[in-house]
Amino acid sequence: MSTTNPPLPEFDIDPRAFRTLADAQMGVELDTGDMILNLGPQHPATHGTLRLVVRLDGERVIAADPVIGYMHRGYEKLVEFRTYPQITTLINRIDWLSSFANEVPFIDAAEKLMGVEAPPRAQYIRTILTELSRISTFVLFLGEMGLQVGALTPAFYGFRDREHVVNLIESVTGGRFHPNFNRVGGLKDDLPWGWVNETRTVLKKIYDACDVFEDLVAGNEIFAARTKGVGIIPPEIGAAYGVSGSNLRASGVDWDLRRDGAPYLVYPDLDFKVWTHPDGDSFARYWVRLQETRESCRMVLQLLDAMPSGPIMAKVPRIIKVPEGEVWTEVENPLGQMGYYVFSKGATGPFRVKIRSASFSNVSILPWMLRGVFVPDVITILASLYFILGDIDR
Amino acid sequence: MISLAVDIGWGTTLAIKTLVILMIVPATALILGYTFLLKMMSHMQSRLGPMDPGGFHGWFQLVGDGMKFMQKEDIMPAQADRRVFAMAPMVVVVSTFLIFLVIPAGPDIVVKNLNVGVFYALAVSSLSVIGVLMAGWASANKFSLLGALRAAAQLIAYELPLLLAVIGVVIQASTLNLQGIVLHQSAGSIFGFDGLGNPYILTQFVGFALFMVAAQAELTQTPFDMPVAESELVAGYMVEYSGFRFLFFFIGEFGTAFAFAAIAATIFLGGWALPASWGLSVGAMRFIGPAVLFVKIMFVAFLMFWVRFTYPRLREDQLQALAWKVLIPIGLLNIVATAILKVAM
Repeated sequence: MSTTNPPLPEFDIDPRAFRTLADAQMGVELDTGDMILNLGPQHPATHGTLRLVVRLDGERVIAADPVIGYMHRGYEKLVEFRTYPQITTLINRIDWLSSFANEVPFIDAAEKLMGVEAPPRAQYIRTILTELSRISTFVLFLGEMGLQVGALTPAFYGFRDREHVVNLIESVTGGRFHPNFNRVGGLKDDLPWGWVNETRTVLKKIYDACDVFEDLVAGNEIFAARTKGVGIIPPEIGAAYGVSGSNLRASGVDWDLRRDGAPYLVYPDLDFKVWTHPDGDSFARYWVRLQETRESCRMVLQLLDAMPSGPIMAKVPRIIKVPEGEVWTEVENPLGQMGYYVFSKGATGPFRVKIRSASFSNVSILPWMLRGVFVPDVITILASLYFILGDIDR
Repeated sequence: MISLAVDIGWGTTLAIKTLVILMIVPATALILGYTFLLKMMSHMQSRLGPMDPGGFHGWFQLVGDGMKFMQKEDIMPAQADRRVFAMAPMVVVVSTFLIFLVIPAGPDIVVKNLNVGVFYALAVSSLSVIGVLMAGWASANKFSLLGALRAAAQLIAYELPLLLAVIGVVIQASTLNLQGIVLHQSAGSIFGFDGLGNPYILTQFVGFALFMVAAQAELTQTPFDMPVAESELVAGYMVEYSGFRFLFFFIGEFGTAFAFAAIAATIFLGGWALPASWGLSVGAMRFIGPAVLFVKIMFVAFLMFWVRFTYPRLREDQLQALAWKVLIPIGLLNIVATAILKVAM
């Protein structure tokens, strides 16, 4: 066999052009090109505007980089120009699925600075509404997670069952998603008539809904195959990234600010269990949230039984001026640890507020977690971390 | 006995047959879309929307959806390969058309009574993968491309269990002709009892299960809907399609579901025929046959859509593992068992 190539025809082309062409072909032959895929900012799985730049080799993720800030609203700056009662309207919109829970730590901070304490009945109602917003968030998650792994039906059940809780919150506060109900020193209104009995009925429904989700979603073999062993967060790495809340408890870390943090609301008086799961995978996160939904139902029932009567507003001046000082409050929000560092110079509004939101830290672990997983697992992991875009971008 | 056979020329016959087939694909797609996608799904998922329009049970929803598709702008991406992009939905629908050619709906209601009917039906059903690949590639979209490649891998992998599932029936009936398979079931008997004929689902229940699983994958329905995976790939290969072209994909999807249900009803449930021992005349079966087939098809389609609305989606590697490690060995064992029993009995 002849090995000599036929002579090249003489074209008026720079020989370097041939060489680069040949090199390019070699490159194509030797390694399959990576593909850079933009998941988002508009993508159904990112529930909002999280952008995830994913470098793919086939279906496998080589590297992932979350890009945030598409919904940045600058709340930390905006609150500097507003009075304390006005600020609750803004911070409602941080984690919009559990708005009431956002208000509590901020109002708590303002009350601490002023040396005011809300009356016991207000504290009880605050705790009840916080737990109800936790339930509404988690029930939605329990359905939504099914949708993200491909089962359409649970998502509708999630929305349907959350509706009861949202109606309850609406009937107290007047707002379905943005209650804006907390005042420095108490609450805007008392509970409406007949609300307590209504709540008991709804909690029964949520309890049943949890059984449905446990059976329909967590009990499904395909769901288990899709989530078990996917997206494992080792406890020490999770803690190092600042992951908190149910995500960290699913890794076996027994840490809940309602029990372990500085006492707030009436949590010290409550008898509740902090659920953990040793595995740390997506299934564990689902399971922990499922148990916490039930636990919250039990807590609300306890609170309803023990609710004191009395005023719902402490004595506070008409124009609220917070004395000079600084304070840090942190609470256990549905998505994790949420804190406010409030720095006051004695005006009607704070001088500076630092907001520590849970999702921001929870999402920061994504580049570490997503390395080497498949594209469908990216969605599973995103869904099981359960972040809210408003909570990331603020 | 009244004979319905009228002497007409082959050209007229061909024209009538073509017209019927042309109407049957959109019609069946709409029937399935209305019954299962709109009504059954609404009931299962407690959806309120599709139960509302038009008053009684939301009957107007389908018309409304149709009108919405007509009004939509026909969008084509700037980078798209225009001709291939436009052709892809047609290719998908054509593969559906071709399946219907061999499915018998009565003693002589069949477009072409092929001797290799089963083989032909399964062969043309996989033509749709070409259309899917064309759509995915021509859209110039990474999500589309991923979806199309997933679809190709999946359709090829599940072609094999589908065929293996059918081979058991073919061995038992000793024919590839769909009409022949129907007649065998109608004339058969179970241990000498011939009141029900012998539908092959009784002897080939393993084959039926395999067929249903593989058909679900061929139709890219949940739990095997990775190619369209709306939570991952948005809508996979269909992501850039809108309006009429999307409607074509929709018709292709549901028409193919109907066609697969028809194949399953024909080879496992006895097709259009009622048991021969019931003594119905050929003339009567011309009228009853299509209705009998339709009921069986709706039953099979109900199973398919029931699974579709219940299960989550598998992952791509789990899907391939299921095909190669579970379904194909079971299919092969089923064939061996059938062959041994066939020779022994």
